[in-house]
Amino acid sequence: MNANSFDSSKVTPLGAPVRRKEDRRFITGKGRYTDDLARPGQTHAYFLRSPYAHARIRGIDTAAAAAMPGVVAILTGHDLAADGIRGLICGWMIHSKDGSPMKAGYHPALAKDKVRYVGDHVAVVIGETLNAAKDAAAAIAVDYEVLPAAADLGSAQAAGAAHIHDDAPRNTAFEWELGDKTATEAAFARAAHVTTIDLVNNRLAPNPMEPRAAIGEYDAGDESYTLWTTSQNPHVARLVLSAFVGLAPENKLRVIAPDVGGGFGSKIFIYAEETVCAWASKRVGRPVKWTCDRSEAFLCDAHGRDHITHGELALDGQGKIIGFRVKTTANMGAYLSTFASCVPTYLYATLLSGQYDIPAIYCEVDAVYTNTAPVDAYRGAGRPEATFLVERIVEKAAREIGQDSAEFRRRNFITSFPHQTPVILSYDIGGYAASLDKALELSDYANFPARKAEAARRGKLRGIGLSNYIEACGIAPSAAVGSLGAGVGLWESAEVRVNPTGNVEVLTGSHSHGQGHETTFAQLVSARLGIPIDHVTIVHGDTDKVQFGMGTYGSRSGAVGMSAISKALDKVEAKAKKIAAHILEASEGDIEFKDGHFTVSGTDRSLAFAAVALNAYVAHKFPTSEIEPGLKEGAFYDPVNFTFPAGCHICELEVDPETGTTEIIKWVAVDDFGAIINPMIVEGQVHGGIAQGVGQALLEGVRYDAEGQLLTGSYMDYTMPRAGDLPSFVVGMTETRCPSNPLGIKGCGEAGAIAAPPAVINALTDALGTEDIPMPATPATLWKIAQGQIARRAAE
Amino acid sequence: MYAFDYQRPAGLDEALAALRAGEDVKVLAGGQTLLPTLKQRLAQPSALVDLAAIPELSRIEHGPYFLTIGAMARHAEVAASPMVAEAIPALAELAGLIGDPAVRNRGTIGGSIANNDPTADYPAACLALGATVVTSTRRIAAEDFFTGLFETALAEDEVILAVEFPVGARAAYRKFRNPASRYAMAGVFVAARDGEVRVAVTGAGQGGVFRWNDAEAALSADFSPAALDGLTLDPSDVMADLHGSAEYRAQLVKVMAKRAVAAIAS
Repeated sequence: MNANSFDSSKVTPLGAPVRRKEDRRFITGKGRYTDDLARPGQTHAYFLRSPYAHARIRGIDTAAAAAMPGVVAILTGHDLAADGIRGLICGWMIHSKDGSPMKAGYHPALAKDKVRYVGDHVAVVIGETLNAAKDAAAAIAVDYEVLPAAADLGSAQAAGAAHIHDDAPRNTAFEWELGDKTATEAAFARAAHVTTIDLVNNRLAPNPMEPRAAIGEYDAGDESYTLWTTSQNPHVARLVLSAFVGLAPENKLRVIAPDVGGGFGSKIFIYAEETVCAWASKRVGRPVKWTCDRSEAFLCDAHGRDHITHGELALDGQGKIIGFRVKTTANMGAYLSTFASCVPTYLYATLLSGQYDIPAIYCEVDAVYTNTAPVDAYRGAGRPEATFLVERIVEKAAREIGQDSAEFRRRNFITSFPHQTPVILSYDIGGYAASLDKALELSDYANFPARKAEAARRGKLRGIGLSNYIEACGIAPSAAVGSLGAGVGLWESAEVRVNPTGNVEVLTGSHSHGQGHETTFAQLVSARLGIPIDHVTIVHGDTDKVQFGMGTYGSRSGAVGMSAISKALDKVEAKAKKIAAHILEASEGDIEFKDGHFTVSGTDRSLAFAAVALNAYVAHKFPTSEIEPGLKEGAFYDPVNFTFPAGCHICELEVDPETGTTEIIKWVAVDDFGAIINPMIVEGQVHGGIAQGVGQALLEGVRYDAEGQLLTGSYMDYTMPRAGDLPSFVVGMTETRCPSNPLGIKGCGEAGAIAAPPAVINALTDALGTEDIPMPATPATLWKIAQGQIARRAAE
Repeated sequence: MYAFDYQRPAGLDEALAALRAGEDVKVLAGGQTLLPTLKQRLAQPSALVDLAAIPELSRIEHGPYFLTIGAMARHAEVAASPMVAEAIPALAELAGLIGDPAVRNRGTIGGSIANNDPTADYPAACLALGATVVTSTRRIAAEDFFTGLFETALAEDEVILAVEFPVGARAAYRKFRNPASRYAMAGVFVAARDGEVRVAVTGAGQGGVFRWNDAEAALSADFSPAALDGLTLDPSDVMADLHGSAEYRAQLVKVMAKRAVAAIAS
């Protein structure tokens, strides 16, 4: 279907590739981002950051700086403490194997006694201009006692390592386990073959196009704060700032997340800078604005991934997987960020069954502090790490026992649903063989050997790699996540306000920062109420407008956010039917609602939706003692299960052994996202996800030196994926409708980033004939490996 | 960015006078390196003298023996110039490979060679083609112009007016880009004229752009990619960083050189 064929003045059916309503404002420069806002009398904040990865602060002398022109105030951690502002929190409790709670080192918004990573916040200078603040920051004298740093994950738990938090021995936040250890050991005891693998899941910087920003403003009249900020979940930010940080009561704090230019998880968290801007606005009596520059973003935005993992897979004599054993060390960085603890645990180990029927799984995870930036959720969050491990070890196992890797996967697929895995999750539905078959067909898998031989004649090393990923999205049933340690429930809210003239505002607790909610959500309402999509406005991102919501992450806004809207629409329809019945003088049970009209069944007596809306507000024609005037309904939707998007991606590539350069020749993505509202937006999500996944596999990697200095602090050294690094994607879909929510949606936002890394590395290991290829597989790395392989073959 | 004075003279004399008028006055050409440096507060000039309003500095002229490119000619202009394409097509191709469209629309040849970034493209062309740098006071052979990392023979108050390239060589440029910055990790400009072959390398040398003498000798005897097979650039003179070891860069230089030779030979 052609995207151009849709007219926004028409009703838009579900499944139509409607063009994004919000893009007109974005591409004409009319978007309104936090940095675009200027509050009357605003000041500018600049953060003095630690140049050391680990140091004690013996003193901060601000006297000379404070006397400089244009300085409004200089504030430190002592000022913060004097005002009773508490530390930043990690909102998901994890217990160690021995039952002890995780050791969350104190995380002040401005350091008081110690700094723990390069970029850690030492003081804030508030100036009339940013330049004045920067000038003054350079004049602050900080007396540091530089301490040895524990910057390397592999050695941070060792006996001689520097000690980052007093209350976390061995720099270990928790030692956690999941699964049945005894059953897994028994499976290994009877295994016919064991495949082992050692992997590093490389650290990534999230790099949203819009950096973080904040404006704090205090109204002395009603003693309330407003915080404009780049948040994926403004209500959660308000809750944390109010209930835990102690900034202000919830009813005295308004958080507004206006247009936000990408997040990828990094804007879920409650950071130091936003907190300080809000707090300092009362201190200085003027609005305080801060916009992160790109260098600061590399230093201080929470990074993603960063695991070291050893995996073992047990097979029986028929090539059936009978057990899986995993030990992972996960880097937490210097502090536990807002949701850091759930990422390498419940968002990771619960996915270790992949698409496979594995009777016994046991996973241990050590969460370790290092003198580096905090690590938290980044597109996929735990699930890419799980999928990378599962799909690499499955591929290696197939190769070791000499089976075609597609066939090996197929023989081990889960085929009946619901399926209870040994790691908590119960998969509600899926069709893994269907995705695999379609992907094999679209990639012309059968003829790959001929293409490989042809490439060899050109001096190129060609490889093909499969990735049969699964993820748990639509997070999540509140009671379920509560039992696992979450501090909050993960439902979503919606309110549908029908105006007297029949157009509609939908208030949602989801937040759009690139996902196109203003289109997809409106499309749902348009289709359900039979009104033009132009008659629907989506309101989000303001705690004064939307009562509460959990925000957008984990591919949850379709499955959970739209389900809440759907539930509210059910209520609107039910009430409108009652009103229509009165006007049409029929019984309520005889009223049908279809194509935007309420009709008395079997007659031609009918009322348009807008007419019923008007009557609801005029309230002349129904007894208001029985039916309240107005047409506005709200709903909270709590899902009954996670959703389980899954699919098969196949990457075919060539390596030039002379330079180590990888060229991706073809990419096939076959995804099962359940029901799809807007296929154009879904494909866009797939494209972007694959680009980020390819980025992780081939290009991106945050690197620190032994002293904890960031080596990849700009785009001169941190490689982002570019259009030229990617082929045109072949995107196919299979569908098993999700039974766990009313719309049948599974979610699509993270799939590409989860599926892509193992597809690339499986293709590279196939091309180069070695299993040991690290990420990012840069040209320099691949050249060295290729030279080694050529030398090895020559010697044989 | 720190505060500075800004001047935009309409003539060369005025520009030279402004340059001599104060301490730490800098020339602003395309600003593609200077302005980011200022924004990061890594430099603090007292004033910038912008050469953009002096029309004669942007001329491109094609004579019987030389192609002369004005110092303020933008990379995009050189890349699109029919004169350059006719006289030295490899130079037009090189200009079109610099940075990205935004950089090419602002960056200038004079700014590029005056900065002498060890990963810049133009210095390799200047060296391989035997260009002459024409300044406000003298003519400097490329050989003598590039003196080290970010170092040139230019005096503080000396301004580049143009670069003169001899025409008539068969030439090609091949570049392997740094995956992150897209600057050259190994850029090799090969020029062959009357049996003399010059091979200039950018992006790899510890001391900036250099001529690879062994390759020149080998290609002078046998102008074919295979002539380079037995050669290895000494890694001890080659840069190493997080994007690649010296051995890897040495390999890239060789591969790019072979590909440039192949391009000329075909």
